[in-house]
Amino acid sequence: MPLLEVKNLHAEINGKKILNGLTLSVEPGRVHAIMGPNGSGKSTLSYILAGKKDYEVTSGSVSFLDRDLLALSPDERATLGLFLAFQYPLEIPGVTTMTFLRTAVNSVRKRRGESEFLTPDFLRLVREKAASLNIDPEMLKRAVNVGFSGGEKKRNEILQMALLEPKLCVLDETDSGLDIDALKIVAEGVNRLRSPNRSFIVITHYQRLLNHIVPDIVHVMAKGRIVKSGGVELAHELEAKGYAAFEQAA
Amino acid sequence: MPAVQETVERVRSIDVDQYKYGFVTDVESDKAPKGLDEDTVRFISSKKNEPEWMLEWRLGAFRRWKTMQEPSWARVKYSPIPYQELYYYSAPKKKVGPKSLDEIDPEILKTYEKLGIPLREQEMLAGVQRSNVAVDAVFDSVSVVTTFKEELKKAGVLFGSISDAIREHPELVRKYLGSVVPVSDNFFATLNSAVFSDGSFVYIPKGVRCPMELSTYFRINEQNTGQFERTLIIADEGSYVSYLEGCTAPMRDENQLHAAVVELIALDNAEIKYSTIQNWYPGDSTGKGGIYNFVTKRGDCRGHNSKISWTQVETGSAITWKYPSCILRGDNTRGEFYSIAISNGHQQVDSGTKMIHLGKNSTSRIISKGIAAGVSNNTYRGLVSAHRKATGARNFTNCDSLLIGDKCGAHTVPYIEAKNSSALFEHEATTSKISEETLFYCMQRGLSQEEAIALVVNGFVREVLQHLPMEFAVEAQKLIAISLEGSVG
Repeated sequence: MPLLEVKNLHAEINGKKILNGLTLSVEPGRVHAIMGPNGSGKSTLSYILAGKKDYEVTSGSVSFLDRDLLALSPDERATLGLFLAFQYPLEIPGVTTMTFLRTAVNSVRKRRGESEFLTPDFLRLVREKAASLNIDPEMLKRAVNVGFSGGEKKRNEILQMALLEPKLCVLDETDSGLDIDALKIVAEGVNRLRSPNRSFIVITHYQRLLNHIVPDIVHVMAKGRIVKSGGVELAHELEAKGYAAFEQAA
Repeated sequence: MPAVQETVERVRSIDVDQYKYGFVTDVESDKAPKGLDEDTVRFISSKKNEPEWMLEWRLGAFRRWKTMQEPSWARVKYSPIPYQELYYYSAPKKKVGPKSLDEIDPEILKTYEKLGIPLREQEMLAGVQRSNVAVDAVFDSVSVVTTFKEELKKAGVLFGSISDAIREHPELVRKYLGSVVPVSDNFFATLNSAVFSDGSFVYIPKGVRCPMELSTYFRINEQNTGQFERTLIIADEGSYVSYLEGCTAPMRDENQLHAAVVELIALDNAEIKYSTIQNWYPGDSTGKGGIYNFVTKRGDCRGHNSKISWTQVETGSAITWKYPSCILRGDNTRGEFYSIAISNGHQQVDSGTKMIHLGKNSTSRIISKGIAAGVSNNTYRGLVSAHRKATGARNFTNCDSLLIGDKCGAHTVPYIEAKNSSALFEHEATTSKISEETLFYCMQRGLSQEEAIALVVNGFVREVLQHLPMEFAVEAQKLIAISLEGSVG
């Protein structure tokens, strides 16, 4: 049974059609890459999966762990195990990163029926995971994403991902704004989280990221739906030919 | 939560004192007739066995009050207060409370539950009349209070009710009462001067650092002096005191009108830190029945190098009209005002401060965080002024407002007056809304909408929370979350 099943999804924002019959099936343990030009609806897909308000689904369905995902609130989806790494992570002034992490993790654990972490155990866990992402412990004392560099914000996203132990991770243009060193650290962080029980949807413009996070399946998205799917070689083909050919096909 | 537990212990001690001083006095003779005239004032004064000078002081205030007009400049709306329909004195133990928790607004009970207050203590906080008090509780709290009082006595600190102080320390009371907030100061302060029921009196002798934080909860009958409370705190030369007022549990009260006066006096090199958590009943979901809170709080940095710091967390009351202020009279004095004012539902808050710079090189700092939700209105009103002689005066003001939803209002009304060219005043103000994007980000990480709002708001007010004593800060943080529940539809 697929972990995520998107069927013929149509969606719009302010009356403007963005998704146009998107169908996608993600099995447990698989890494899917979705590539496509600007405006093809990649980010919209990630927001709709995570439950952002502004979008209206006009037809189609999404099931996640055999539940009707679209009927759930964003926090219920997170509790079930859906994680979105934001393209532009938000700043929360006055709330330290550590407090934010502890609040999120304990809130999710409580709702999953798991015990909350004791503070010392949690601190140890966070420091350990942070170190593997080359995150300076000082960063954990700073307010969430406030004054963070692009690389720090993205690493912070991966840190949250590691702590929340999701079943499906959606990475929305995680490579944007990263230099090659930062990209490698982030990709290694993601690779460490790969497991037979965890799936990924990696959304990106560029093949570059896929050299570091090697996908099982590559999809090309254009004009609000998936127009072609294939193996890693599809990414290489895209890099060589560009999106134009696929856009015409859509 | 140990801090909550401690609050409960303190509340318990109140009940004990009521018990100790008896339930047996005759009802009729303990209540002044409805309305306010000179006889009412005489009645109150005689009930309290006050000396002649105190009665004259009250009568002077009353005569003055009759000539005054209720102020109307604040951004609050309420129907006229029927002053002649109110009771101005009823003996503390005789108030008729509800017979059981069934008569209490269920919303309040829910909040007690969330704060983790046990059922029996809930009854006490809600003012439910009980015919007996558990014996173990009596013994426990009596010993706590006794230990506490002995330690203060050793340090030479005077801490008790103002009624007692009027009889036992008339020289101090006569010297300082009304010296910061004059009898004629404003309509509500003048009313208070005429009819004040009770309140706290604190005197810290020269050079003494008060060995513990003083809390109203250790004082007798606290629960029943709320209506026209009068507090006087004097820090003699080189002394220090931290005073806590209030409680996170919402307090129910029969009296809708509250007009307290607090006066602080800091002599040379003395420091007073005054922290408040105010959580009076804000009214039901339609705004009915909430407390009107018209408070005059003022500190006088009378001596050189003295310091007064106000920290307040205002979450309750239907109407809050409150401007804890500092008169920076001495040279090199410092005034501080840290405030969190939250309004939800139909609440109206008009609060702020005044920093009056009279002494040379006096400095002040104002950090105000207003949060408006529901259909509430939240106004910051502040004055910073420098006298001609206050050379080198400095002020920094930061007023931030946060809006939740689109039916509430936040307003900032700062007044700045500098009468000498060397004064340096800075003012910063921002107004923002909690963005949908931020809430979505938090919710994507598994926080419910209410948890997300509480987190963002606690971040917003962090700078002020840091100035509260530790245990108060922890409770305040919880209280903020509770106050904002239901703020987003």
